[in-house]
Amino acid sequence: MQQHQTHAELAEQFNRDINRVNWHDQTLWMVREKRDKAAQQVPDWEQLRETASQIKNHTLAHLHAYLLEFEQQALANGIQVHWAADAEEHNRIVHRIIQEHGVDRIVKSKSMLTEECGLNEYLLQQGIEVVDTDLGERIVQLAGEPPSHIVLPCIHWKKEEIGELFHQHLGTPKGNADPDFLTRAARAHLREHFMMRRVAITGVNFAVAETGEFVVCTNEGNADLGAQLADVHIACMGIEKIIPKRNHLGVFLRLLARSATGQPITTYSSHFKKPGPGKALHIVLVDNGRSTRLGSDDFRNALKCIRCGACFNTCPVYRRSGGHSYHTAIAGPIGSILAPALDMEKHADLPFASTLCGSCTNVCPVKIDIHQQLYTWRQVLIKNGHASSTKKAGIQLTGMVLSKPWLFRVSGKVARWIMRTFPGLMNNRFNPWTKQRELPMPPKQSFRDWYVNNRSHD
Amino acid sequence: MTSREKILSAVRQNQPGEIPMPDIHYPDNVSSNIFEQFVKTVTGIGGEVIHCSGYPEIQQHLQKRFPEPARIINTINELPGFETIAEPSDPHTFSNVSVTVMLGNFGVAENGAIWLTEEHMLNSALPYISEHLALVLHRNSIVSHLHEAYDRIGHADYRLGTFIAGPSKTADIEQSLVLGAHGPKSLIVFLVN
Repeated sequence: MQQHQTHAELAEQFNRDINRVNWHDQTLWMVREKRDKAAQQVPDWEQLRETASQIKNHTLAHLHAYLLEFEQQALANGIQVHWAADAEEHNRIVHRIIQEHGVDRIVKSKSMLTEECGLNEYLLQQGIEVVDTDLGERIVQLAGEPPSHIVLPCIHWKKEEIGELFHQHLGTPKGNADPDFLTRAARAHLREHFMMRRVAITGVNFAVAETGEFVVCTNEGNADLGAQLADVHIACMGIEKIIPKRNHLGVFLRLLARSATGQPITTYSSHFKKPGPGKALHIVLVDNGRSTRLGSDDFRNALKCIRCGACFNTCPVYRRSGGHSYHTAIAGPIGSILAPALDMEKHADLPFASTLCGSCTNVCPVKIDIHQQLYTWRQVLIKNGHASSTKKAGIQLTGMVLSKPWLFRVSGKVARWIMRTFPGLMNNRFNPWTKQRELPMPPKQSFRDWYVNNRSHD
Repeated sequence: MTSREKILSAVRQNQPGEIPMPDIHYPDNVSSNIFEQFVKTVTGIGGEVIHCSGYPEIQQHLQKRFPEPARIINTINELPGFETIAEPSDPHTFSNVSVTVMLGNFGVAENGAIWLTEEHMLNSALPYISEHLALVLHRNSIVSHLHEAYDRIGHADYRLGTFIAGPSKTADIEQSLVLGAHGPKSLIVFLVN
């Protein structure tokens, strides 16, 4: 049995406030529309997606050589390179580097990898204070929550609630919910942390094998302020973030921000190649299940992800269930195909949190077949025994009925008669299918009966 | 076996067979007037473009815009006046800088980004810590799109290179756009002949 609440249970809680759900849904749809507008302004958009997809396919097929090339170039640039087989080793390496510099407070810009590894909690247990410097991440951190979206971490928060949170933690006047004012307050609060911290952690958007440099994209400039003001910069990345050549950045940077928020590019796309004078630059290369996934023809493709969040914004289930219903660091459609590989038992519900409409696949800038993988995960999960007994019984019953034409015809007739005569038997609170919806009135005859009757009149 | 060896051997064993590297396709129909497109895009992402005849005009503009006692740091040799800094300075001493003026390497029309490398920054904290940022760009140093931008960067060696597109911004509070999240609250681009 699952120890935590399932996606369906958490989504039900989120859906209790219908106005909030509608607001959440519409806000994300607006971001999706911005993405469409930006994509339409690039005449060769589809070609660009195809190229990005092929570069990623090529890179994954030659990842061994590109990892070695990246390591060699990065070392030659004076970057210290670390390898972590799993989340725990990643956390230990980062902690060791922080300890070596004798500090107990650090700043961190957005990194989904460190969320995946649970770095903040780990460091906190070791007595290290981590301040997330992305505004959205700082908001959820102050609230004691994980981010609910990989690009828009506090998309589920209303400005009045943020005003109250800042009033409690930053001492802003009660009742002030003006986004400009609150952003200024956060700027002043975080600037103090930037000025004081000697170690800064950032994520990595792309790492170039050819040059040993890595690129970090932000709009706020928080990764840059952290890295430039600290003595030590630790960049954490999954091994799939490698791209072969510097000029491939042209392809990916044209796609990333347009897909994410509809901007033509993020404000800052910083290429870190060498440590500054007297400073240290570390890279932690993390596997954490990626090399295993690389061997799976069905699920390898998910390693192409550039973490733009376009699949979140378009997903009808994500928009109406909220990021926290996915109970994993990376929510949404992409999270639902990544998480089961890390812990099938814990995340068995996620591939079912989808309508399989395919919208995620259609907007993905690197052409990951997300909805196909969701469907394939369902097969794997059922085969591994991760289906509830009700679902199993239902599927077995359906299978039996569908395999015998006479039984199908009889059952159809009986069901239509019952539904027409006693609609309350189907439309009631015990039938999960009729939660928030009603079954339509069935027709008097089936299509087969209609066809037989009408053909005979010819 | 170290983690490095373990990861590399698993990757080698699991990576699929040979898949060729694709060619990068360049856009067919680029704008005929990339200069106009650049100005429009920079303005669209919250930047301000000022056309100038030369450095004396930039100096006058900055003096008027940021009157005393604003701290203006000048990293361009050709630009007269303002404060200059020694290269190895402690970045924490720049926390009260009102505006820094820097030379941009080149601009990109499709997204309004300007490429900067650390040799023009003097101190690599300056483009981020200053309250406002002013970038000087020559009118003829604008490329159409990012593919051309990377052709222009080529195999250049640098410690830090960055595209800066507009002022620092966030929309994390209910998707309301606010300029000046952590970095500069405004970006002025001086286009000179």
